[in-house]
Amino acid sequence: MLGKTASGIFWLFRYLERAENIARLIETGHRFTLTRNSGRQDEWRSILAALGMDAAYRATHQDYNAAQVVDYLLRDKRNAGNLRNLIDSARQNARTTRTAITRELWEAVNECWICVNDALKRQVREADLPATIDLIERQTAMVRGALENTMLRNDGYNFSRVGNFIERADSMARLLDVKYYVLLPSVSFVGSSLDNIQWETILRSTSAYSAYRWLYPGRASALGIAEFLILDRRFPRSLAFCYGKLTDNLRHLAMSYGAQSASLAEAERIYASFASLTAASILEDGLHEFLIEFLSQNRNLAQLVEQEYRFNS
Amino acid sequence: MLNEDGSPRAAYAAYHKWFAEQDSTHLKQKARDAEEFFRRTGITFAVYGEDEAEERLIPFDIIPRIVTSREWTKLSRGIEQRVRAINAFLQDIYHRQEIVRAGRLPVELLEKNDAFVSQMIGFTPPGGVYTHIVGIDLVRTGPDDFVVLEDNARTPSGVSYMLENRETMMNMFPELFSNIRIRNVSDYPKNLRASLSRVAPPACKGDPVVAVLTPGIHNSAYFEHAFLADQMGAELVEGHDIRIVDGRVAMRTTRGYQPIDVLYRRLDDDYLDPLIFRSDSVLGIPGIFDLYRAGRITIANAPGTGIADDKAIYSYMPDIVEFYTGEKPILKNVDTWRCSEKDSLAYVLDHLPELVVKEVHGSGGYGMLVGPAASKRELADFRAKLIAKPANYIAQPTLALSTIPIFANSGLAPRHVDLRPFVLVSPDKIDITPGGLTRVALRKGSLVVNSSQGGGTKDSWVIDDD
Repeated sequence: MLGKTASGIFWLFRYLERAENIARLIETGHRFTLTRNSGRQDEWRSILAALGMDAAYRATHQDYNAAQVVDYLLRDKRNAGNLRNLIDSARQNARTTRTAITRELWEAVNECWICVNDALKRQVREADLPATIDLIERQTAMVRGALENTMLRNDGYNFSRVGNFIERADSMARLLDVKYYVLLPSVSFVGSSLDNIQWETILRSTSAYSAYRWLYPGRASALGIAEFLILDRRFPRSLAFCYGKLTDNLRHLAMSYGAQSASLAEAERIYASFASLTAASILEDGLHEFLIEFLSQNRNLAQLVEQEYRFNS
Repeated sequence: MLNEDGSPRAAYAAYHKWFAEQDSTHLKQKARDAEEFFRRTGITFAVYGEDEAEERLIPFDIIPRIVTSREWTKLSRGIEQRVRAINAFLQDIYHRQEIVRAGRLPVELLEKNDAFVSQMIGFTPPGGVYTHIVGIDLVRTGPDDFVVLEDNARTPSGVSYMLENRETMMNMFPELFSNIRIRNVSDYPKNLRASLSRVAPPACKGDPVVAVLTPGIHNSAYFEHAFLADQMGAELVEGHDIRIVDGRVAMRTTRGYQPIDVLYRRLDDDYLDPLIFRSDSVLGIPGIFDLYRAGRITIANAPGTGIADDKAIYSYMPDIVEFYTGEKPILKNVDTWRCSEKDSLAYVLDHLPELVVKEVHGSGGYGMLVGPAASKRELADFRAKLIAKPANYIAQPTLALSTIPIFANSGLAPRHVDLRPFVLVSPDKIDITPGGLTRVALRKGSLVVNSSQGGGTKDSWVIDDD
């Protein structure tokens, strides 16, 4: 496979994952707006911060008016990372990697692009927002379905998964970092119960709400949530889960290429480090510090993959 | 579709019977479904406006163009003869130029021609094949008469539409394919790969590695490049994926640089090697030409094949066919006046409103005058151009082109069509896919079938008529 093709598939699934995260954050933010009378603008602001878009947003906007933020995230031309552009890039990548993806996967991406573009031609009215978010989530789910059901489990598949989980780990860590004050104003709060709406927001924006309730009915503690979102290997968005998938896929790549792999070694090292951690120890040593360190390691891993498999040179 | 007495022509008998039983609302729905199918599968070409790129569909018409086996047999014999002659011509003009020595072709047509690549002189490509892929544009002028409008010997495009049109038709109207014996076209990509593999260069060891070279995603035919690479199981490369490593043209893969044996390039000669051709090209591969001449890679089609489809050479094709095959040409040319010749120019200037005038180095219907459809002003402009540079133009009569119905809003309506069969050439074999791409001028009365100017396509059937 060409290095360019591997890179194309890797980024196709990073863009897709990022687009899904934006959709989910909008959904959460909107729900917050509907259920709370105060703190709405703060909520939108923290969503922008979690996506790393707050500074750019403030450069062109006065306040965190819901309609404006939603439009900024979905389709505002002043925001290069808007959801529409992400889907556009994903589709562009699918076009350039036609030789390595199945027809079903290509058609799913193409259809996703057609539908999302159609839905985002004009600013989305609040009345249409839930249906629009729903459409985006369904369309991206179809792409994942096509990947799972039709792709050969070869290097192309592995690159798609590596891109997917690097992006997912990145966005989970960013979200936790933006919200860490909710979990942990100070160490003394560990174990105390949290403001209901705040923890609900975090769980909802990571699709963890029902899963968490099954596992910990009626108990929402900073410790429990941190444990769940960072270390629980059963939850498909936790950092530990992402690294389990990353090591699996990087191992498959190393095995099929029959070579020593620096990226695999690094992913394994990070994955193993989770085993020695507990939520309590992370909170004690500083959640923010932990997340900053993790984000940097995660970026570094992406670079190792890029170099090792000759994405660009 | 019909004879003059209103009865269906033999080729269309079975289809006509089926069509008569269809409800027109249902067919209109099918036409919309077909468009949706193209959109969903992404068979589009990009049009660049000022702001952002727009993707368009090439309009597809659901009424097939049908040719009988008997007609096809004759056509394919003619095409094969013509393609053999084109290859022999290229071999000759880049070596001894016997045709010039014999006084059958003026030497200026070669020497002053941009499409003549002097670096090819004295070099024979692997297997002696110059034009691995050829498209011959034909029009029908009578019940049993096809004439050649144009040869495409550089990088003919459109084959992906031939294949996807068929897929679409099978999807829309499976019952037709169960009941009528229509020759299959879907082996084209497999045959293309096999054909390219048979011209591997001397440096190739083992199974030849084939790659498709594209100018990139912004090229209007990018869909086709990606489609063919995918269908052949070949890599789709751009100039920046390639580097010369250990004397081989190699592509950057996830495992390191891997040599390419056969490069199916969809890039014009001009851009292929900045060391030889346009030095400002960033699309090509510096140094590829030297390696080509050293037998370390095969380039398909060979550089310099464009001379064979130049419009100035076209008028000599009947002589070329005769000169190299020793046979009378089976397929006729359209009568052509060479404006470089004084008497012809005088005739053309006198009859401008009746003629089609074409620029010799132009492509795709842009530098062209369609006399009967032109305004006074356009005629006057072209007259001035002709007088200024007569050698740049040829002229042809507007043909009494046959028409084929399209499915218009008001029902069936006749439109002009051409047919481009696709030909694969390997050292021991010429392979013609039965049918080809039918292009149709969708505007009433129009003769221009180019997709950039309101043309559409149809599925093209060769049916067994026994």
